[in-house]
Amino acid sequence: MKRHLLSTADLTRDDALLVLDTAEELARIADRPIKKMPTLRGRTVVNLFYEDSTRTRISFEAAAKRLSADVINFSAKGSSVSKGESLKDTALTLAAMGADVVVVRHPLSGAPHRLAHADWLDAHVVNAGDGTHEHPTQALLDAFTLRRHLRERIDSPDAGSTALDGLHVAIVGDVLHSRVARSNVHLLSTLGARVSLVAPPTLMPLHTEGWASEVSYALDSILPTVDAVMMLRVQNERMNGSFFPSAREYSRRYGLDERRLSLLPDHALVMHPGPMNRGLEISARAADSPRSVVVDQVRNGVSVRMAVLYLLLSGSEPAIGHEEVGA
Amino acid sequence: MSGILLRRVRPLGGDEVDVLVQDGVIAAIGTDLPVVDVEVIEGAGNILLPGLVDLHTHLREPGREDAETVASGTAAAARGGFTAVFAMANTTPVADSAAVVEQVWRLGREIGLCDVHPVGAVSVGLKGEQLAELGTMADSAAQVRVFSDDGNCVSDALLMRRALEYVKAFDGVIAQHAQEPALTAGADMNEGEVSASLGLRGWPRVAEEAIIARDLMLTEYLGSRLHLCHISTAGSVELVRAAKARGVDVSAEVTPHHLMLTEELARSYDPLYKVNPPLRTAEDVEALRDALADGTIDVIGTDHAPHADEDKDCEWGCASFGMLGLQTALSVVVEAMIRTGRLDWAGIADRMSVRPARIGRVENQGRPIVVGEPANLTLIDPDAEWVVDPLELGSLSRNSPFAGRTLPAEIVVTFLRGRPTYRKGAVH
Repeated sequence: MKRHLLSTADLTRDDALLVLDTAEELARIADRPIKKMPTLRGRTVVNLFYEDSTRTRISFEAAAKRLSADVINFSAKGSSVSKGESLKDTALTLAAMGADVVVVRHPLSGAPHRLAHADWLDAHVVNAGDGTHEHPTQALLDAFTLRRHLRERIDSPDAGSTALDGLHVAIVGDVLHSRVARSNVHLLSTLGARVSLVAPPTLMPLHTEGWASEVSYALDSILPTVDAVMMLRVQNERMNGSFFPSAREYSRRYGLDERRLSLLPDHALVMHPGPMNRGLEISARAADSPRSVVVDQVRNGVSVRMAVLYLLLSGSEPAIGHEEVGA
Repeated sequence: MSGILLRRVRPLGGDEVDVLVQDGVIAAIGTDLPVVDVEVIEGAGNILLPGLVDLHTHLREPGREDAETVASGTAAAARGGFTAVFAMANTTPVADSAAVVEQVWRLGREIGLCDVHPVGAVSVGLKGEQLAELGTMADSAAQVRVFSDDGNCVSDALLMRRALEYVKAFDGVIAQHAQEPALTAGADMNEGEVSASLGLRGWPRVAEEAIIARDLMLTEYLGSRLHLCHISTAGSVELVRAAKARGVDVSAEVTPHHLMLTEELARSYDPLYKVNPPLRTAEDVEALRDALADGTIDVIGTDHAPHADEDKDCEWGCASFGMLGLQTALSVVVEAMIRTGRLDWAGIADRMSVRPARIGRVENQGRPIVVGEPANLTLIDPDAEWVVDPLELGSLSRNSPFAGRTLPAEIVVTFLRGRPTYRKGAVH
């Protein structure tokens, strides 16, 4: 793996499988009465959040704490975006405090990339969502969830770890502004899945020629062919931007309602990165249906983030010795 | 001693001659001119061009003297081979009155490194609502002839019509920054595959081309004169080419960076490459080079845009738009146009001196190299190479996108009315 996790495009298939396999090992800790291991004792993980995202922050916090790292939460409300302290000065401060990993959530695309490459600090940088660019750990937890639930439907061409070969995943909604979509397009295709992007044309990037995904404007014809459908959150601010005429019409054309739920094959999963707008992109019944794995996604997020922190700080040997697993 | 003898120099890249500069003018040209009572500069086959003229410079004074001043900007200009620059109006306060344009013009005169011709704002405060006092600025000591809201587009069609008409009375020209604002709100970089992948907001080419198409139609309809700042797309080139074929009185400008750099650089998220109009694609670069070669694009305009460190050393999204350009312009154009065989030195002189002076209605610049003409000259070593070090540039700012690059051709001496304003090594 590279020194930072900024984009899933930087992950080779082997890198991605190593994260998933490591997460699988670490997930077992969650089943123990004492959910903690000493691996990262004495290391400092800073959660640098320029946007409110309680779920992502506590997921990283839980992951770091289960590995015994010290966690500092730095909520940077007055960011350089609003002419507060500059990202550079914040980075210099974190470097002076001895941060080993900086987990950064930022409203501007590329901010984690700047932190990693601008010579401001030498910590490992993990992108926890930047603007409309990427959200790599979300894609990793999605891949992890897909692999767990659909293992028997995945082709296993090589003898090694199971990837996502042969799966078909539809990502539906505001692709244009979605960091989740971008990270998933790279990662799921790297792992062998076929990815279809479905959105109204106004919410699809104009130029996706180089993307390892197919593009469709019609949800109904895609649904019967997928192994999983991932519904993206429609942000409130899109409602006023003439991206679509009304929430009602969006919901009618692109929402996962009960009728569309019935178009899915029996085994197909319903996914959502959260938080959901029930009644807009996803109906309550779809969200609560047995095929919904939304809560599993959240649970798996902790394991995947443990794996990422572990691999960045401790290299590529197995996370848990076999004797320890067996103990 | 009275005068400077340039020995064995090649005017416009032609045959070697000696050129005597005396009393502010070119006093003699010939072979083996007598070395009597003159200082000699050995030309050794270096290229002699008329002093370069930049129609598009941001000097930042008044208002942002931390980023650039008239003194530092004209020092950079002299070092880049320029003898005249047109200073854009987006200062604080805006150059929308005789008071401000005269202040900038006087500063330029007092410093004396390079003629400074202030550009007047088209609209009050660059707001695009009400015409600034264009005639008063034209009649002022600064004798403004070029008017631009650069940084902003004159997007209101009626205001643009009025401006194009009004300046006919004093032979002015409207220099349009073509950018349809509604299509580019919050835009970060060229819209395309790279912006889609980086999650940066796209600045679609059509936002430039739509305004250019409209303004060409207005200009043709009104029989006015239009200058297009920094055109950046193959589509804009086609529009200008077609308009010129119809006889529309339009001139177009391209920046050195748009002749060399592409949007791929945005993948670094380094705001050094954030500029307006944005860097485009390799196909656009090719089209712009071809258009400059065939004369569809008339001039190089540097769009020299100094910014303080803190406005670039940050996230892409909150960084300022713009790049330094004065000191790298000639070298970049040499690499893009001469090294690729598209232009010769006479062509460089035409696009970087003769035509910009003519568009800006400056009579003592961009003149032929003949006896009796004002000695606004720049001597260039065409074979030298140099590495761009932002700390070594004349500008107060460091935001050069060419930092660390090796570029061809170096300025040896710049003369403003016979006086050296730069000699390799030092600003005079």
